[in-house]
Amino acid sequence: MTVALEMSGITKRFPGVVALNDVNFTAHAGEVHALCGENGAGKSTLMKVLSGLYPSGTFEGTIRIFGEEKHFHGIKDAEKAGIAIIYQELALVKGLTIGENLFLGQEPARYGVIDWERVYHESSRWLADVGLSDVSPEQIVGNLGIGKQQLVEIAKALSKNAKILILDEPTAALTEQEVEILLGFLREFKKRGVACIYISHKLNEVFEIADKVTVLRDGRTIGTYPISEVTEDQVISLMVGRELKERYPRKEATPGDVVLRVRDYSVMNPEIPGKKVIDNVSFEVRKGEILGIAGLMGAGRTELAMSLFGAYAGASQGTVEVEGVPVQIRRPEDAIKLGIAYVSEDRKKYGLVLGMDVKSNVTLASLRSLFSLGLLEQNKEIASGEHYIRSLRIKANSVETVVGTLSGGNQQKVVLGKWLLTKPKLLILDEPTRGIDVGAKFEIYNIMNELVREGVAVVMISSELPELLGMSHRVMVISEGRLTGVFDAKQATQETIMRAATGGNANERE
Amino acid sequence: MNANEQIVMKEPASRSWSRWIKFDARAYTMIGALLSIWVLFTLLNDRFLSATNLSNLFLQMSVTSILAIGMVLVIVAGHIDLSVGAVVGFTGGVAAILNIWYDWPTIPVIVATIALGVAIGFVQGWIVAYGAVPAFIVTLGGMLVYRGLLLGTTGSVTISPFSPAMRTLGASYVADMIGWVLGGIALACTAIYYWRKRGARRKYGFPVEPAPLSLMRVVLVGIFVLGFVFVMNSYKGIPVPFVMVIVLALIFTFISKNTTFGRQIYAIGGNAEAARLSGINIRRKTMYVFVLCSALAAIAGLVLAARLNAATMNAGNMYELDAIAACVIGGTSLMGGAGTIVGAIIGSLVMASLDNGMSLMGIPTWWQYIVKGVILVLAVYLDINIRNRKKVI
Repeated sequence: MTVALEMSGITKRFPGVVALNDVNFTAHAGEVHALCGENGAGKSTLMKVLSGLYPSGTFEGTIRIFGEEKHFHGIKDAEKAGIAIIYQELALVKGLTIGENLFLGQEPARYGVIDWERVYHESSRWLADVGLSDVSPEQIVGNLGIGKQQLVEIAKALSKNAKILILDEPTAALTEQEVEILLGFLREFKKRGVACIYISHKLNEVFEIADKVTVLRDGRTIGTYPISEVTEDQVISLMVGRELKERYPRKEATPGDVVLRVRDYSVMNPEIPGKKVIDNVSFEVRKGEILGIAGLMGAGRTELAMSLFGAYAGASQGTVEVEGVPVQIRRPEDAIKLGIAYVSEDRKKYGLVLGMDVKSNVTLASLRSLFSLGLLEQNKEIASGEHYIRSLRIKANSVETVVGTLSGGNQQKVVLGKWLLTKPKLLILDEPTRGIDVGAKFEIYNIMNELVREGVAVVMISSELPELLGMSHRVMVISEGRLTGVFDAKQATQETIMRAATGGNANERE
Repeated sequence: MNANEQIVMKEPASRSWSRWIKFDARAYTMIGALLSIWVLFTLLNDRFLSATNLSNLFLQMSVTSILAIGMVLVIVAGHIDLSVGAVVGFTGGVAAILNIWYDWPTIPVIVATIALGVAIGFVQGWIVAYGAVPAFIVTLGGMLVYRGLLLGTTGSVTISPFSPAMRTLGASYVADMIGWVLGGIALACTAIYYWRKRGARRKYGFPVEPAPLSLMRVVLVGIFVLGFVFVMNSYKGIPVPFVMVIVLALIFTFISKNTTFGRQIYAIGGNAEAARLSGINIRRKTMYVFVLCSALAAIAGLVLAARLNAATMNAGNMYELDAIAACVIGGTSLMGGAGTIVGAIIGSLVMASLDNGMSLMGIPTWWQYIVKGVILVLAVYLDINIRNRKKVI
C-alpha cells in the first residue's frame, strides 16, 4: 500500500501551551485509520494543521502527501492536494440547495454566469455515488435530515476528488441506522483507494471500521497499532495513561438529605425531531456531596444540565424533585427561585456580560432578591462585588473593572460569584476549570469544598477524568444520552469510567 | 495598577484627588466636538452665541432630545425603533383633533395622547419580543401605518389653532423668577446628592472623596446651571419644552442607572443569553422598552404640535433618523449594551447646533443635509476606531 499522508515531527504551540509535541502520523491509501484520544489530546489541532487552517510556518514539522512535501497556506491549498475534512458541525450552507453547496466557491461559470445545468447534472452524479440517487440536487440542504446532510458533505468531499478524507466525529448526530450507512460508504471508499482518517470517541465504531489506530495523549503520539493487535481496553488505557500529577483537595463527604431527585428524565433534541439527547436518566444529589458527571463530548451532559435549569430549547419528560417536592422548571427564573444555580461551560456566551463591570455581573442573577423595590443601591452592589473579589480572590483592580479585561480564571470566578450570590442549594458546574490555569483551578476546587462544607449540593460536569475522580464523591457516566454507570469515585479508575463513557462494556456487543 | 488596587482596600478619605476624577475619553471628546462646533459658528456668525439664538437652539432640539431619550433605551436593548417620527405626527394629530375639534381641555388631551403612545408601544413591543419579528421590520411597518392613520383621521388637512393652554406646552417660556427658583432647586438637589452619597459611602466603609473636591463639583454645577438660567432669562426665559427635556433626561438617567429594570436592559443588550440564564425575563423587559419609547414619542408629538400650533401632515417626518443619529453621535452602540441618556442629549444638541448654525449662515438646505450626513458617519468612524485602538492595547 502506498503512503498517502506522512506527518512528521509536528509541533504546534499556542501562547502558554504546547498543543502538539513532535507528533508523527502516517496514513496509507485504502485504509481507514482511526485517531483516538481524550478531549484536548490534540486530535483537532492535528487535523487543523493538515487542512491548512493553521498555515505553513505557524507550526514545526513536515507534511508529505504521496511522498511530496507540501506547504499549505490555506484551506484551498490543502483541498488542491486532495484533502477533504468533514467537521463535527456540518459546514454546509443550510439555506442553499445541494447543488449550490457542492459547487460553492467553484461554480462552473462563463464570463461570471453560472452554468446551472452543469451544476445540477454533476451534482446528481455525486449524490448517486453516496447512495442519494433519489434526492434531487435542487433540494434545500436545511430540509434534509442530519444523516443525509452528512452524506452530502461526503459527496462534496468526493466532488473535490479527495484522496485523503478526514471525518471528525461524523456519527455524533446520527441515528444507529445512519451510522451503518455511513460506515458502509467508508468501506466503499477504502476499496477505491481513499485514505480515511476517522476521529471518534466511540471505540466500538473504531473497532468496527478501522484498520489501524493512532493514539494521541497530551499532544504526543503514543503509538500506532493495527486494530487486530489491540483490544478496546488497551486503547483506553493508552488514551488516559497519564499519571495523576495534579493534587485534588477533596474533603470527605457527609451526605445529607436529597436536594435534587431526577426520575426517568428524557430531553428531546430541539433540531432533530424524535432524537433524544438524554434518554431516561434517573439520579439524585445529596446535600454536602459532589456528584461528578463524566461523558464524552456530545454525550448530552450539558443538555441535561441546561434542561434541568430550564434553559434548554428541547422539551423534557420525567419528574424532578427539589427537596422532596415535585417541581416544574420552565425558565431559569424558576430554577433560581428554587435555589438551583448553573455555571455554564461557555462563560463568554452564557455567563458574562463582557462589557459590564465586576459588580454588575456579580449581581445580575440576584437583582430581584437584592433590590426588592427595583432600585439599585449602588453601595450595596459595591459591597457584594467586593465581598466576592475578596472571598474568591478575583484579581481585579476594583469592582468597576470591566470583566472583558480579566483573565479566564478570574472571569470564571466572577461567574461563580454571580451564582453564589443567589445562595444556591444546588450548584451545577459545567466544565468549571476549562481553559484556566493550574493555580486558579486549585482555588476553584477549594471553593467547591467550602460550599460542600456549608451544605450545598454540587454537580460537576467535567471532561478531565483525573479532576472528576479527584474531586467528586460519586461519578455518574453518560454515554449517548444514557446513564451507563454510577461509581464511587474512590474505587473507580479512569479506565472503568472511560469504558462506560465509550458505550458500555464489551459483553453487550456480540 | 497599584494606585487602583488600593481602592479595593478600606481606607479613610484620601488626599489624592487624581483617583477620584475619572477620565472618560468618550464624554470629553463629545463635549469637545460640541464646543468646537459652537466656536466655529461663533467665528462665522457672531449672532450664534446670542441669548436669542441659544434660546431658539434649545427650543429646536427639544423634540429630537425627547425622542432620543427613548431611542437610547431601545438601542441599548439591542433593537431599533423607526416608527417614532410617524408616532410624533400621529399623536400630534390626535391631540389636535381632541383639543380643537372636540374641545377637550388640556390635561385630558395630554393623558389621552400619552396613553395612545403607550398602546402603540405595547403592540410593537409585543410583536418584537413575543412574536420574534425583528424590530426593524415591525417599526418600519409601524411607520407606514401611523403615517397612514394620521392622514386618514385628520382627512389630510392641517388642524389649527390649539387652545392657549395647550400651546404653553411647546411655545412658552418659564418666567424669570421661576427660572431662578428652578436653578436654585437644581443646585440644592446636586448639593444634597453629593452630601448623601458621602454619608452612604461612609456607612459602608468605602473611601470617601476629599470634601473640597465634592464642593468643587457642586460649584461647577452651580456656575453651569445659574449661567444657563442667566443667559435664558436675558431673552425670554427658559423654554418650557427644554425644561421637559431636562426633567425627562433626569428621570430616565435615574431609570437607566439606578433601577434593576435599567440594569437588565443593558444586560440584555450586552449579552442576551447570559441575561436569560441569569433569570431575567428578556421578553417582558424588551416590550417595556418599546412602551417607554413610544410614550416619549407621544410627548414629543404634543410638544411639536403645540410649538407649531398646528397638526400637519408631515409633522415628525424623518425624526426617527435624527433621534438615531443623536444617540449614535452620543456614543450609543448599535450593537446594544452601551449608551447613555446624557450622551444622546449632547448628540441631539450637536445635530441641532449644526441645523441652527448653518441656517443662520444661510447655507442652502442641500448643503445642510450633506454636512449632517458626513458628521454622523465621521463621529461613528472616530468612535469605533478609538475604541478598537483601546482593545489592542
